[in-house]
Amino acid sequence: MSVTAETGIIGGIAAKFRTCPATGLKVDLAAERLIKANAVAAIVFLAIGGVFGLLVALTRWQAVHLLPSDLFYLVLTAHGLDVLLVWIIFFEIAVLYFASAILLNCRLATPRIAWVAFGLMMVGALLANITVLQGEASVMFTSYVPLKAPPNFYLGIILFAVGALLGCFIFLGTLVIAKEEKTYEGSIPLVTFGALTACIIAVFTIASGAIILIPTWLWSLGYISHIDTVMYKLVWWAMGHSSQQINMAAQVAIWYAIPAILLGAKPLSEKVSRSAFLMYILFLQLASAHHMLVEPGISSEWKVFNTSYAIYLAVLGSMIHGMSIPGAIEAAQRGNGFTNGVFEWLRRAPWNNPAFAGMFLSLVLFGFLGGISGVVLGTEQINIMLHNTLYVPGHFHATVVAGTTLAFMAITYLLVPLIFQREIIWPKLAKWQPYLFGLGAAGISLFMMGAGTLGVSRRHWDITFSDATLSFDYPPAAFLMLGLNGMSAILAAIGGGLFVVIIVASVLFGKKVDASNIVAALGPTPQKQMSDAVKSYGNAGTFHLPGTYILVAIFFTAFVLYYFVNWKYLSELWQLG
Amino acid sequence: MAKTKSDAEESVRIPPMQRLLDNHFLLLFLGVAVPTVLYTLWGVMELSQIPIAE
Amino acid sequence: MALTSPESKIWWNLPIGRAELVWIVIAFFWGVFMFGMMVWWHLEGNQNLSNEVYRISPAKFEERTEAFTEKYTVREEAGMPVAKPEPGAEVYMLSRLWEWWPILELKKGQTYRLHLSSLDWQHGFSLQPVNINIQVHPGLEHVVTLTPTQSGEFSVVCNEFCGEGHHTMVGRIHVVD
Repeated sequence: MSVTAETGIIGGIAAKFRTCPATGLKVDLAAERLIKANAVAAIVFLAIGGVFGLLVALTRWQAVHLLPSDLFYLVLTAHGLDVLLVWIIFFEIAVLYFASAILLNCRLATPRIAWVAFGLMMVGALLANITVLQGEASVMFTSYVPLKAPPNFYLGIILFAVGALLGCFIFLGTLVIAKEEKTYEGSIPLVTFGALTACIIAVFTIASGAIILIPTWLWSLGYISHIDTVMYKLVWWAMGHSSQQINMAAQVAIWYAIPAILLGAKPLSEKVSRSAFLMYILFLQLASAHHMLVEPGISSEWKVFNTSYAIYLAVLGSMIHGMSIPGAIEAAQRGNGFTNGVFEWLRRAPWNNPAFAGMFLSLVLFGFLGGISGVVLGTEQINIMLHNTLYVPGHFHATVVAGTTLAFMAITYLLVPLIFQREIIWPKLAKWQPYLFGLGAAGISLFMMGAGTLGVSRRHWDITFSDATLSFDYPPAAFLMLGLNGMSAILAAIGGGLFVVIIVASVLFGKKVDASNIVAALGPTPQKQMSDAVKSYGNAGTFHLPGTYILVAIFFTAFVLYYFVNWKYLSELWQLG
Repeated sequence: MAKTKSDAEESVRIPPMQRLLDNHFLLLFLGVAVPTVLYTLWGVMELSQIPIAE
Repeated sequence: MALTSPESKIWWNLPIGRAELVWIVIAFFWGVFMFGMMVWWHLEGNQNLSNEVYRISPAKFEERTEAFTEKYTVREEAGMPVAKPEPGAEVYMLSRLWEWWPILELKKGQTYRLHLSSLDWQHGFSLQPVNINIQVHPGLEHVVTLTPTQSGEFSVVCNEFCGEGHHTMVGRIHVVD
């Protein structure tokens, strides 16, 4: 590769950088190596956690019923740990470093500490995994006391969290350096602001995790005699749920980033999009209360206020992004000349580019499946019908798998040429990957939600209750749902496996990228957009955006209808007071 | 000198909400303090007030 | 664009598009409405989870449940006592590894005060096929007011993971006309 590394003295500290052939931005080589390391670690754990997930789904498919019960609970614990925490957070650290050092044209703060952070996260993840695989820690990812795991299970998660917290501070430190050294003018880019939102939520998340897991670790070691069960859950979910809100902010940032790179899309309004992120910063974490709605000992006032993210102000934020992002795409595409009819802009979008296809599918699936089900599930009284049923994992597979994971996969197709400086190997295969994975993930979510609506319990090995003294039969439709769930999981596993193989092969064997092929390496785009888009900036709101209005209207109608259907079901329940 | 002055004038004209959104550490403080008070502390307070069964 | 700093230094004062503004207003009021629904259901709805909770030692709760069961047992089913309390009575059901005890027989349309607690780990009271789900904690006595509106045989599945026998933990509530 022809790019030579130069050494620049920035703020009295020497940093080696190269110049990106696509954007002209300086790329700090230390940051680049760290992004690579974190992204690779993330994808490795995605592969491991994904296999565990497939095993879970194949066991719950009653006709297959693959694993024995003890192994099922072990694998389920490992699945939650590896994909809900390890894959996601490793990738988020890569996103934080990218959105700070790279986008701000700046050196990364304290790369050495960033390597310490990486090491801590890696050691923690391995320690927790090994402890689970040894078989004494099948307590589920949530490890509700008084279920007790060996101390190393908690210690592993604590080490991982401390590493992630260091990563957050490095992101914040890089923002400070960039400001001091004036590597950007005015405000930080919107994508970096989204990353900042993710970072802030991460700080709250990790601090909550430390507050609860350190005493639990000491309890497991025998130094503390008692941990209050509801208190544990309250604080644990400030970590457990908020960690998924980090995803939310990070994936929205990615939804803004990909159309910007590929189509030259501009936000409709900086003010509106940033205010929507502010709603996340202030209120999104309150939704941890979604897990506390049928707990004894907490008042309805607390439940109603917190579960509604302070009168749904954080949902307002999401609904704003839900219009701003397709709106930005429509405006950009109309600017690119696709002005015929209401939907030419969408039809002629680069659907054969896995980064775009993954991003748009992620947006739609997250909104329709994850977003709507999340609000319904998080309604205090409706939760009585759904708590701890398969509806809950159904919901969060729509958000975390169809939403976040697909968004992270999509941006990876751009990180490979931009950061790893390699072309995507087998582009024809890559083109199909997001559709396979998206379809599988959508199926997993829908069929689990369906089974949950029929009352099927989550985290349950045998819905035939064959070893129980008293018998019970779920309706036959529940078995059908779990079968379809298993098939969807196979589809998602194929899509996920394809992703891992394509990315690993591209990083190892892909053609090197330089100025001559960087634009082509980003995949098919409707027109050459990069250079123009970087230069011009402004409010894109001068366009009339009928396609977006129709999409938003469809979404809102689905939301309202589904919301009321669930209230109707609730009203037919036995009376409770 | 002239440049410094215009910078100063400009910073005066920046609306307060934009300044809040550009103040990353104030946002960090708010993003940690708001859920800590509304979710965690309020919740812990309620749990500590559960009466004991007769 | 979204990857670069805003071109305009003072972006806060740039106007917002009309359609975006309309959507923000709709979304805001929809949020207020959904919040209001939860509050209104507390006032007018019939399905709200009770906030009556006490701290209690597992031993004491076991003692009370045993006293209740002794008083009301009418028969045995699968080796377990079936308690048939009079309408309006204080009803007890405990959870432990891995059973719900005792079996209850209730009358349709009558209101009972159901006391729930666990003797060991957390369990999930999942009444099927009605689909009422309540978390049960050790050390906390949750008093839920319950009015069955259907008759028949109902099962209590444990839907909180509680160890190796979790999937065998099924209880029973009969509702008679």
